[in-house]
Amino acid sequence: MYKILEKQVLSDVTKLMVVEAPQIARKAQAGQFIIVLMHDNGERIPLTIADYDRDAGTLTMIFQEVGKSTMEMGTMNVGDGFKTIVGPLGHPTEIENFGSVICVGGGVGIAPVYPIARALKKAGNHVTSIIGARTKELLLWEDKMRAVSDELIVTTDDGSYGRKDLVTVPLKEILDAKPGKIAKIWAIGPAIMMKFVAATTKPYNVPTIVSLNSIMVDGTGMCGGCRVPMEGGARFVCVDGPEFDAHKVDWSGLLSRMSFYRTQEQAAIAHWREKHKCNLDRAVAEGVK
Amino acid sequence: MAELTKKERMKIARQDMPVQEPEDRVQNFSEVALGFTMELARTEAERCLQCKEPHCMEGCPVEVTIPEFIEAVREGDMAKAVRLMKAKNNLPAICGRVCPQEVQCESRCILGKKGQAVAIGRIERFVGDFELANKTFDVSRAPSTGKKVAVVGSGPAGLTCAVDLGRMGHDVTIFESLHTPGGVLVYGIPEFRLPKSVIRAEIETAAKALGIQILSDYVIGRTLTIDELMSKFDAIFLGTGAGLPMFMNIPGINLNGVMSANEFLTRVNLMRGYQFPEFDTPVMVGKRVAVVGAGNVAMDSARCSLRLQSLRSKENGSEKGGEVHIVYRRSSEEVPARLEEVHHAKEEGVIFDFLTNPVEILGDDKGAVRGMVCIKMELGEPDQSGRRRPIPIKGSEFEMKVDQVIMALGTSPNPLVFVNADGLERSRHGTVVANNDTGRTTMKGVWAGGDVVTGAATVISAMGAGKRAAADMDKYLSGEISW
Ligand SMILES: Cc1cc2nc3c(=O)[nH]c(=O)nc-3n(C[C@H](O)[C@H](O)[C@H](O)COP(=O)(O)OP(=O)(O)OC[C@H]3O[C@@H](n4cnc5c(N)ncnc54)[C@H](O)[C@@H]3O)c2cc1C
Ligand SMILES: Cc1cc2nc3c(=O)[nH]c(=O)nc-3n(C[C@H](O)[C@H](O)[C@H](O)COP(=O)(O)OP(=O)(O)OC[C@H]3O[C@@H](n4cnc5c(N)ncnc54)[C@H](O)[C@@H]3O)c2cc1C
Ligand code: SF4
Ligand code: SF4
Ligand code: FES
Repeated sequence: MYKILEKQVLSDVTKLMVVEAPQIARKAQAGQFIIVLMHDNGERIPLTIADYDRDAGTLTMIFQEVGKSTMEMGTMNVGDGFKTIVGPLGHPTEIENFGSVICVGGGVGIAPVYPIARALKKAGNHVTSIIGARTKELLLWEDKMRAVSDELIVTTDDGSYGRKDLVTVPLKEILDAKPGKIAKIWAIGPAIMMKFVAATTKPYNVPTIVSLNSIMVDGTGMCGGCRVPMEGGARFVCVDGPEFDAHKVDWSGLLSRMSFYRTQEQAAIAHWREKHKCNLDRAVAEGVK
Repeated sequence: MAELTKKERMKIARQDMPVQEPEDRVQNFSEVALGFTMELARTEAERCLQCKEPHCMEGCPVEVTIPEFIEAVREGDMAKAVRLMKAKNNLPAICGRVCPQEVQCESRCILGKKGQAVAIGRIERFVGDFELANKTFDVSRAPSTGKKVAVVGSGPAGLTCAVDLGRMGHDVTIFESLHTPGGVLVYGIPEFRLPKSVIRAEIETAAKALGIQILSDYVIGRTLTIDELMSKFDAIFLGTGAGLPMFMNIPGINLNGVMSANEFLTRVNLMRGYQFPEFDTPVMVGKRVAVVGAGNVAMDSARCSLRLQSLRSKENGSEKGGEVHIVYRRSSEEVPARLEEVHHAKEEGVIFDFLTNPVEILGDDKGAVRGMVCIKMELGEPDQSGRRRPIPIKGSEFEMKVDQVIMALGTSPNPLVFVNADGLERSRHGTVVANNDTGRTTMKGVWAGGDVVTGAATVISAMGAGKRAAADMDKYLSGEISW
């Protein structure tokens, strides 16, 4: 069992957990991910390594409750544990001193962009970070991002905090203001955000890296479920990625593949809520007795 | 029973194994073939002529002493039968179920020349199941040698190697990337053909008796690398199988609803997707499914699809489950799957489209499969494999209406394990180069066997390779021979 040592509620739907997994912490690098399995009846869920502590042997993960498994994970507490945590999977981010770089994080995507920004900063880059979310509630790690960035821009879609804009707006402003100066861009967030970042940077020809979150099973190249159509043929996100050249990704192909299990995902939530409610009802009834 | 004459033995008919009826079994994932009773096993054992030169043994990759163990069954001395079996084969309950007997042991049985071969596999399964239920065999460990061995992969090759090394007194640690040990036996072969409880029981008993440590969730190549293992262990065995799926290079291959058999079967078997939503992993099944290929993997995919179709149709109250096609470019003669599986698949209603090859998969406006264009094939001259080469018939394209396509075209070794293992030579096909008799690779202290060396093959050949490697590793570790 992989124990949960710390839990933070970052928003109603965003949770942070620190888990014990020394064999993975030893090896983890920015850009890599893990797969977790809650229990024998669970499914294998890929999550980015948001941070790691080699000495303490721990990993930090941040997740958003979007479906049955992540909602159930949200109910786990310190002392509980996962049946499985496996990793570190995927290739690490290629870190060098590129010069001036931009890191874009959207929503829960801020978490995985953080270790990348940190490593880029450490390697001597001038790091500009743009973080954004739908609303103030969903923003996270502003202070941590500020600490590893030379400049930080914060946006919200509804203007409840920072600039009222999508992340692509300040991104375009920087590209216009500093033509030819930006060496590389990283963008992590919802697929739709990454798609628009790719479209924004394409005309400027600035190399843009995205971390894709296709649907996975094993995470080791065995099933091909994670494959994403791309210029030059499909690639497996788990072993060839998760980072890819944003300008080569077939975004509509990715989005379509990500929706394949939608009806079943909804059924899973309904089933879980029902069961959960039964338990609640029973607990209440027993309490009354 | 009194001693029979040869003539009398030859008069006994080959005993059928009780099975679930086709119309029942497509409604569940429970085992199809129910196994011999003691009486059936002993009757079948009476058929064996106890040949002085038993050709059946030549057909068995691990040389099970077939007439001897069958004689013990005939005499009702099950403990002896188990002992004889386990001397050659650690996993009779598994091999009895999945060996392609019709091309191995039973193909050589003298009775098969004129009539029907002795049902060696069925008797073997009976022996294995007897042992699981009664535990007559003492798995014991020789005094500890103090040598440490890492076994990578927990499929039949790795397990066999680990068990043999454990018996010899070495300290064995198995590293497995998935969360459950067993390899293809747990993620690929479905419950209705090989119950998971059988595999779990075999693994638990052996690991406990021999002090084998099983570390699941360790991806070698990522969590640890071969060179890191080298610094901590005296010897390494690689039994990582051939887990990489192949996709056809045709238009439409990335549409929603096109998947590898590995993905489909892993969702169904390892993740128990057929019990969704009790189990969290979803699995989709179409109303009209095409499975491309005709090996065991294809049969398993087709039969899982049929079952899911009828279970789901029962849930939503619709009448008929759906349709499942096997689409194969060669003819019925060349089908590589086990005979029994093909027979069961036909009984269950799988439709076989022979001499048919996909050329394009068609999608709808949402990016989901709506059909598949196939071309008819004819057989030409024999190719390198000795089988007649399928050639497309010009202008014979036609459209099949399907909404799911499962690719069961074969697999190759997953290269993930080879990170930081530069001295390890591999072939053009990605398989590890290893000596057939000893399993030695080109890297000192590293042995390999099973599908990672041969490419996708059989359970028993993987076990044989694990056994041969264990014997050589033992000699090396004891200093009897050098590298
Ligand atoms: C390499 C990688 C890294 C990831 N890192 C993080 C992370 O750090 N934090 C985080 O919150 N999420 C991350 N994800 C996404 C996360 O795995 C999914 O949100 C999760 O699997 C959803 O499971 P569920 O049962 O709760 O929801 P489901 O009911 O299965 O799905 C709900 C919604 O999530 C989408 N979804 C389902 N499975 C995935 C998936 N594997 N990836 C992406 N979307 C999915 C569906 O399209 C659907 O819209 C990552 C995914 C990948 C592939
Ligand atoms: C669906 C299906 C049906 C089949 N039916 C039959 C049948 O009826 N009869 C028959 O004889 N054969 C059958 N086969 C073939 C047979 O299962 C294989 O030949 C056999 O399992 C090979 O054994 P192995 O030990 O070499 O590899 P596998 O069984 O493939 O085991 C390899 C193990 O290594 C693990 N692994 C891989 N990479 C790593 C890594 N980097 N680090 C750690 N662990 C790793 C894998 O997760 C796996 O558990 C079938 C195969 C399939 C897929
Ligand atoms: S191990 Fe397989 S091939 Fe050998 S005797 Fe048993 S069933 Fe036949
Ligand atoms: S060849 Fe057939 S009859 Fe002869 S020993 Fe083997 S199983 Fe018995
Ligand atoms: S998740 Fe199975 S191949 Fe990538």
